[in-house]
Amino acid sequence: MAQHQVNYASSGGLPVALTTIDKLVNWGRSNSLWFLTYGLACCAIEMMASGAGRFDFDRFGTIFRASPRQAEVMCVAGTLSKKHAPFVRRLYDQMAEPKWVISMGSCANTGGMFNTYATVQGVDRIIPVDIYLPGCAPRPDTLQYATMMLQQKIRRESMDRNKSAKRFV
Amino acid sequence: MAQTPNRLAPFYENLAFERESNRMIINFGPQHPSAHGQLNLVLELEGEEIVRSVPNIGFLHRGMEKMAENMIYNEFLPTTDRMDYIAATSNNHAFALAVEKLIGVEAPRRAQAIRVVLLELNRMASHLFFLATHALDVGAMSMMLYPFREREYILDLMEEYCGARLTHSAIRIGGVPLDFTPEWIKMCEEFLDHMPEQIEMYDKLLKENRIWCMRLEEVGNISPELADSWALSGPMLRGSGIKWDIRKEEPYEIYDEIDFDIPVAETTDCYGRYRLHIEEMWQSIRIIRQALEIYRDTPPELMAHAPEFISAPKEQMMTQNYSLMQHFVLVTQGMRPPKGEVYVATESPKGELGFFIASDGGPYPYRVKVRAPSFYHCGILEDLLLGVQLADVVTIIGSTNIVFGEIDR
Repeated sequence: MAQHQVNYASSGGLPVALTTIDKLVNWGRSNSLWFLTYGLACCAIEMMASGAGRFDFDRFGTIFRASPRQAEVMCVAGTLSKKHAPFVRRLYDQMAEPKWVISMGSCANTGGMFNTYATVQGVDRIIPVDIYLPGCAPRPDTLQYATMMLQQKIRRESMDRNKSAKRFV
Repeated sequence: MAQTPNRLAPFYENLAFERESNRMIINFGPQHPSAHGQLNLVLELEGEEIVRSVPNIGFLHRGMEKMAENMIYNEFLPTTDRMDYIAATSNNHAFALAVEKLIGVEAPRRAQAIRVVLLELNRMASHLFFLATHALDVGAMSMMLYPFREREYILDLMEEYCGARLTHSAIRIGGVPLDFTPEWIKMCEEFLDHMPEQIEMYDKLLKENRIWCMRLEEVGNISPELADSWALSGPMLRGSGIKWDIRKEEPYEIYDEIDFDIPVAETTDCYGRYRLHIEEMWQSIRIIRQALEIYRDTPPELMAHAPEFISAPKEQMMTQNYSLMQHFVLVTQGMRPPKGEVYVATESPKGELGFFIASDGGPYPYRVKVRAPSFYHCGILEDLLLGVQLADVVTIIGSTNIVFGEIDR
């Protein structure tokens, strides 16, 4: 039988960690980001590659879900055309709060090289964007970096996203 | 019983399915995870059986053909990367070949050998991607990881050669920009030695897998007449038993010197097309080995000599004033091909990829039309899905191997 070897009286007190609710909740939120598979064009291939064996996106606690009800990060990967724009908005509205958006690739950021009659010049004209990831197409490791940046952003936020985080300093 | 709309209930509870035929209309896509991009299929169902299907495309239309009319020829080449983004080099090559025919130059022999190696690497990457996504759609989740692993080797080779993983622009009009290094050739040969073992492993995982066979056999039969009438090409055409490959019928580059077979599927269903893609990967390995042999005894020129259209090599540009001036003109104003129209067809991994270019003698093309294979392979869904169960739709879309960058352009 394994026995509890720690003597709390002499080795630094009870196993208690002090934190705030904000930090605790954001710790949970930031480490289990579930992505909505929003592949539109070329960047979707790199998004799939980052989910595959070599880059192993699951390390970050991210799982690709096909339903907006189960996802909390929408990674818009690829060119958004005007014909497709209403669907992006509808799916964004269908996602449950809290939700974040990564705009992956030049096309999603600004329209990129496709400055034409058919292309939306950046998804931020349709939905609010948290992280802009440049590149055409961005490599899978940069998508992972963008996810880490998003995690940092979430950890800075307040639990209630309508209120800004309380600053002590 | 007539339904009365109830303003308090949500609207979807008020939908009335009370027509005599009792048919249900569902929208498949454009955001379906198995829609291979942005395909919207409007399906009319009789129970679980499909009685009408209409593919609705255009969700990825980016106006590429219009863009081409406002760009000089060299400027448009990177845009072609974004058409069939799974095998980008094959698009670069098809466009470069069309422009070369228009201006009447031929790439040097070494450039042709390099092109063939790159094209076949891209073909393998595309077929591996087909295998991975097709298996994922049908439900063999773990199968997806293995082809993606080997695909990364190919992407590493492409990155080592041209610096990009996905959108290569590895081919220029008139040749190729870079030579192979000895290390690259060694890496490539290592990959070719490694690959047969992996393809055998895919066979072990799928070839006689009971679920895989049940999902694919006798699903999505394309008769040769149907394939002909919908203008199919590439693996979809060979998948219905017609032996047709542009690499053999109208050889371009050095394909006529290379000894390879055109595999034809034994059955016309999805399983036959899956076997065909595997066989084509074996042929690609053969082609790359022979092309590397041809590469070894070629003179070291990489770009064609045509001062009117193509810039001189860097050393010449830096030492000879007129070469530099010509380069400046070609970069700022662009080349001016003669008046005329040209259509060149190539065998891309998906099928016949051709560029039609109409030139009015100016630096911008008057019109560029892309004959993309996926467009035709998407159209056949209208006939192919009739009488099919709803669960088989994903299998059939997967086996057509369509890419939406190419369909909508």
